[in-house]
Amino acid sequence: MKGFVNKFGLPRIIIAGFFLVLIFAAAGFQMNMPQFFGDILRRWGMYGILSLAMVPAVQCGIGLNFGISMGIVGGLLGGIIVIQLNIAQIPALVAVHPMFASWVAVMAAILIGVVLATGIGYLYGLLLNRVKGSEMTVTTYVGFSIIAFMNMVWMLLPFDNGELIWPNAGKGMRNTISLASSYSEVMNNTLAVEIGSFVLPTGLLLFFFLMCFLVWLFMRSRTGMAMTAAGANPMFAKAAGINVNRMRLIGTTLSTVLAAVGILVYAQGFGFLQLYNGPMMMGFTSVAAVLIGGATPKRAVIIHVLIGTFLFQGIMTLGLPVVNQVIPEGNLSEVMRMIISNGIILYALAQTKGGDGRE
Amino acid sequence: MNKKAKEFLFENKVVLLFAVLCVCAMIVSGQSLTFVIPELFTRIARNSFMVLSLIIPVIAGLGLNFGIVVGAMAAQIALFATTCLGLTGISGFLITVVLATPIATLFGYLVGSLFNHMKGSEMIGGLVLGYFADGIYQFIFLFVLGGIIPIARKDLMVPTGIGVKNTLDLVDTVKYSLDNVPMLTILEVGFYGFAAVMVISVIVKLVKKQAIDWKKTVLTFAAGVVIYALSYIGPIEQFLAADRLLLLSAVEIVCFGTVIWQVLRLIWAKLRPKKDEEGAEPAVDVRKAVGYILAAAVAYAITYIPAVYDAMMMARLPVMTYLCIAALCGFNSILLRTRLGQNMRTVGQSRVVANAAGINVDKTRIIAMILSTVLGSWGQLIYLQNLGTFQTYGAHQQVGQFAIAALLVGGASVRKATNRQAILGIILFHTLFILSPLAGKELFGDAVIGEYFRVFVSYGIIAMALAMHAWKKVAKVKPEAEHAGDKPEAKSAA
Amino acid sequence: MKSANDTYVLKMDNIAKEYSGNRVLKGVDLHIRPGEIHALMGENGAGKSTLMNILFGMPVIHNTGGFEGTIQIDGKEANIDTPLKAMELGIGMVHQEFMLIPGFTVTENIKIGREISTPNLPSRLFGKSMETLDYKAMRKDARKALKRIGLQIEDYVKVAGLPVGYMQFIEIARELDKTGIRILVFDEPTAVLTESEADRLLAAMRAIAAQGIAIIFITHRLDEVMAVANSMTILRDGEFVARKEIKDTNVVEIAELMIGRKVEKLVDESGQPDDRQIRDDNIAVSLRDYHVDMPGEAVKGIDLDIRKGEIFGIGGLAGQGKLGIPNGIMGLYKATGEVKINGETLDLEKLGDALAHKAAFVSEDRRGVGLLLDESIEQNIIFSAMYTKGKFLKKFAWVHLFDSAAAKAHAEEMVKTLDIRCTGIRQPVGRLSGGNQQKVCLARALTLEPDVLFVSEPTRGIDIGAKKLVLEYLAKLNREQGVTVVIVSSELVELRSISDRIAIISDGKLSAILDPDASDADFGLAMSGSARKGGHEE
Repeated sequence: MKGFVNKFGLPRIIIAGFFLVLIFAAAGFQMNMPQFFGDILRRWGMYGILSLAMVPAVQCGIGLNFGISMGIVGGLLGGIIVIQLNIAQIPALVAVHPMFASWVAVMAAILIGVVLATGIGYLYGLLLNRVKGSEMTVTTYVGFSIIAFMNMVWMLLPFDNGELIWPNAGKGMRNTISLASSYSEVMNNTLAVEIGSFVLPTGLLLFFFLMCFLVWLFMRSRTGMAMTAAGANPMFAKAAGINVNRMRLIGTTLSTVLAAVGILVYAQGFGFLQLYNGPMMMGFTSVAAVLIGGATPKRAVIIHVLIGTFLFQGIMTLGLPVVNQVIPEGNLSEVMRMIISNGIILYALAQTKGGDGRE
Repeated sequence: MNKKAKEFLFENKVVLLFAVLCVCAMIVSGQSLTFVIPELFTRIARNSFMVLSLIIPVIAGLGLNFGIVVGAMAAQIALFATTCLGLTGISGFLITVVLATPIATLFGYLVGSLFNHMKGSEMIGGLVLGYFADGIYQFIFLFVLGGIIPIARKDLMVPTGIGVKNTLDLVDTVKYSLDNVPMLTILEVGFYGFAAVMVISVIVKLVKKQAIDWKKTVLTFAAGVVIYALSYIGPIEQFLAADRLLLLSAVEIVCFGTVIWQVLRLIWAKLRPKKDEEGAEPAVDVRKAVGYILAAAVAYAITYIPAVYDAMMMARLPVMTYLCIAALCGFNSILLRTRLGQNMRTVGQSRVVANAAGINVDKTRIIAMILSTVLGSWGQLIYLQNLGTFQTYGAHQQVGQFAIAALLVGGASVRKATNRQAILGIILFHTLFILSPLAGKELFGDAVIGEYFRVFVSYGIIAMALAMHAWKKVAKVKPEAEHAGDKPEAKSAA
Repeated sequence: MKSANDTYVLKMDNIAKEYSGNRVLKGVDLHIRPGEIHALMGENGAGKSTLMNILFGMPVIHNTGGFEGTIQIDGKEANIDTPLKAMELGIGMVHQEFMLIPGFTVTENIKIGREISTPNLPSRLFGKSMETLDYKAMRKDARKALKRIGLQIEDYVKVAGLPVGYMQFIEIARELDKTGIRILVFDEPTAVLTESEADRLLAAMRAIAAQGIAIIFITHRLDEVMAVANSMTILRDGEFVARKEIKDTNVVEIAELMIGRKVEKLVDESGQPDDRQIRDDNIAVSLRDYHVDMPGEAVKGIDLDIRKGEIFGIGGLAGQGKLGIPNGIMGLYKATGEVKINGETLDLEKLGDALAHKAAFVSEDRRGVGLLLDESIEQNIIFSAMYTKGKFLKKFAWVHLFDSAAAKAHAEEMVKTLDIRCTGIRQPVGRLSGGNQQKVCLARALTLEPDVLFVSEPTRGIDIGAKKLVLEYLAKLNREQGVTVVIVSSELVELRSISDRIAIISDGKLSAILDPDASDADFGLAMSGSARKGGHEE
């Protein structure tokens, strides 16, 4: 019993138990379970890639990447440029199929986002190579700073598409940009299966799994394995002739790129792009998800992403309606999110004892 | 000399950069001193205590205490309790302080224990802890209060009765309760306190059978009585009856005080021949003393510039609050000269050495956290009584963020922070805070961009400080590896 | 300095200590008179540190079942079970790693943890920790302590700016400032000092001893012992060898006593015919003006040729630079000079160039450098070959992916060949015993199919059975596959049992190249660095 607790960690057992309780409670209250499960799957796919961004970061040795906002910013820019250019409305594309136009738009956004994120991630990686041992502290605040910096940039960028800017004479871009006319829910709706009130967002999940598969492939390639070694034991890697800094750079860049893809997948599922302080705490949510899945600041694999995101989003989805049956008012889900996500991060930090471990 | 100047510029680069930024913002915004100065001094009174409470953890090696948010929460819990009880005025404020202290002590102990589990990651830990505690705080204020614990004061709750209102008005309770204490009262209470200390000290010494310097004791007491007696003189009594001090008067008092103090010291040094043995530091540096006197004179002269004069006539300082701030400055520097303070410095510099010297590292760190948390809670109360409205769910959120940014702007780092840096930082940071929306409006036609700018500055300066700290740590590890190289050998020998 | 013979300030008798069944001290005596400088000598692993840990009542001793034997201080039985107790008894230590805080003044460092303070009102209410520091009294004490060792520095300067040599003195001053100090231990104090600084330190030691304080001087440098010590105790392999008065002995005798032991055959070669062709003109590894900047193991200019097909041993005392040689070649630390492998010059700036030239390395730091502790045996074995040679990869579309089938087959074969005891090739290596971990390291190096194999401290921390197996396997590899093996080890006995030639490194330089059958005295002299003054090469 004790070995079991040690292996999975008490918080994880509590969270999994809590999830089960919620399911039974929801069933007990005779809620619309199929709809909830559809919701959980949808959110799983939406948040999954953002959590996936943790895998290369942790494995290459920079630890939990609280600074995925760097990549998110790149993704947001990609998403905005596509709207500015009205790609989803190009008649030739729409003529094929409106869905096709949306796909082209979202893919173009991802492409632009990836290109931008590669550049940002590379610079970010250079920074992280100079602050070895304190990456988590630094990434958090660099992440916050970039969001604060972009707040100014959003005000000043010369975009003029009506979807993007405030309708009446306000300065800068809108807080939330609707994607209804571009690529809202394009992945969710592709090949979606509806059974009663249960909706299976097939396209979204396929895309999520595809990304997971690609990362899995990468981690099994020569470079991926070298990266893992560099993260696990830099001296070992050096002895094997691996350039540790380069591996960290690759891992950081990959993480940043995944964050850019992740935010666009999230945005299309949500139906809106959130600018300004919207993505501020995304890093924390993603970190918490992989930790719940069983990752540590030194080791994270894809199964952690899958389990962790599912559990976390499962609780988020079920928590509010179930709790509202007991306490009918107030926004408890936000409070719950704060306690769970920050609690698990604290637990992980306290577990590593020497903190970043390389003091 | 040139090299020295360069060094000075480099060491104070952050302060200089922000000073330049402030001047630029001042010019761009087109605001006059009469607007900025009173506003600035209000903010100094409001925020200094909190910033100063961050110094102790830095010295004890815990870095920038992002966990100070927890102290603010302790203050708010206490404040809610006393508001419920309908306590008002300075007595209400003091009871709130008394109530907040044990809560903050407990929180500080918990935070300190947690930090001992994550040595080296205290800062990220503190930040996450702040969010975590915020979750619990919200849970309590949104659901427990009224939901589980019945609250009689329905006017403080949301209409359903479960959860506290978003904003509590303190105007009728503790607003300005500390700021409004008249100087005369301060002097009176101060005198009785002084008398009490004298008596207690004598009694303790008598009980412990230690020698008492009666002559010195009587003289000190007499001096106290004389100063107190002065307040019975008509004009002085009238002057002291107020609770606010005109900034101009404050500057004048400080200038004359400095001059008198330095002159006295010089005379004292001349009168008393040097009897210290070899190696003692020079008793009075004449050049330094003259420098102080000149600076005071210049400062006084500046008050005759019309613009400055106008500004100084506009600002009125809450005396009691400023005295509290001064007292905390004093506490910080006196603490460093005690055994505990020296232990904190040692632990902050090197835990290994401290351990080898027989210092209980974990305990020292916990004490530092308790002190900081308690002081932080008091700082939050001072802030709220000055502001007069209590944002139940927002008042604490940015507290750590802005306090830490202010400290860093003053030139502090993760490893080093002083009173001077804290005060300087508050002045610069809040000047920028006041001006940047206005400058943003002038430059880009929108005040919001200025607001974003100041938020960016506060995040950016912290990010920079953390990165610089990490960078230095990496650079330092390299020479230390020399010793690490010996370790495998030592192990095999054991 | 001469006093009645049986008035010892410290008498440790018949001390024995066991770490989980492994006897590291077997009845050691240590007797020291007041005011004498007593050298404690022995190779690494001889038990010096353990003895000192016992003297200081370190938790590492008492958490592992205590020790046997008696300690008497000033003729009275002492039970030292905590470091605090040792301190109260007047035993002090000058650490090899400075326990100083650079940002503090000299006074503050000397008085660290023992500040002088005066009571005030808060301290009367809240306890001693609130007392005000009395800087004047502290500085007075500090000046007094500095004076005792004859150091002319101001007590109010910060330590940060002082030269390294001074720091040692401040450490000493701190120990002297402790009231009632009787015994002072110097743990290799000259290791980090320049020659002139070391001379000053020795002078200070004499001055301290003259004040009646006994000094235990742990060092590897024979010349220092001869210069400063009055008497000495030699340990070897946890056994008490001899206690000598310095005036009755000489360098050669000491060296012999330190390392002398019979060559026991660790490797049974009877079954293997030696038909190797070793020729002086067929060089596998050639070093010219070779320097390595490895902290604590610096190599300071070595010229060396290792012949193809031989087993070449590299020995020497700890910290002399023998470990720097392979670490520099493999690119783990910055190296300069010319290194040729099989006649081809290595690019020392290029990471992994040695691997590309068919050299492989088994590191002395198994857990730190040698292994990925959380990964499986399989991963550890195949990793280097996968990365440098592209083995165990298969092409999948446009990427090369890990070929788990091939890796599994190879790992299983290796586990069988080397007899690695495990639950399966998926077991994380962190869970294996030291000997089996070493075999995994060896397996990884062999997977690279090297021409030259560098093995650093191959038997450190593994039991005798595994030791034998590892060495025999190395010999077999050399005989059957013609691999040139370079063994770096601090255990001379193992070098002598397997090597064809042995190079002794002292102070980062080549001291001598000796035959394994050379006399103990020759090895002793070479190790102490005395041989270099005579002939340079064999």
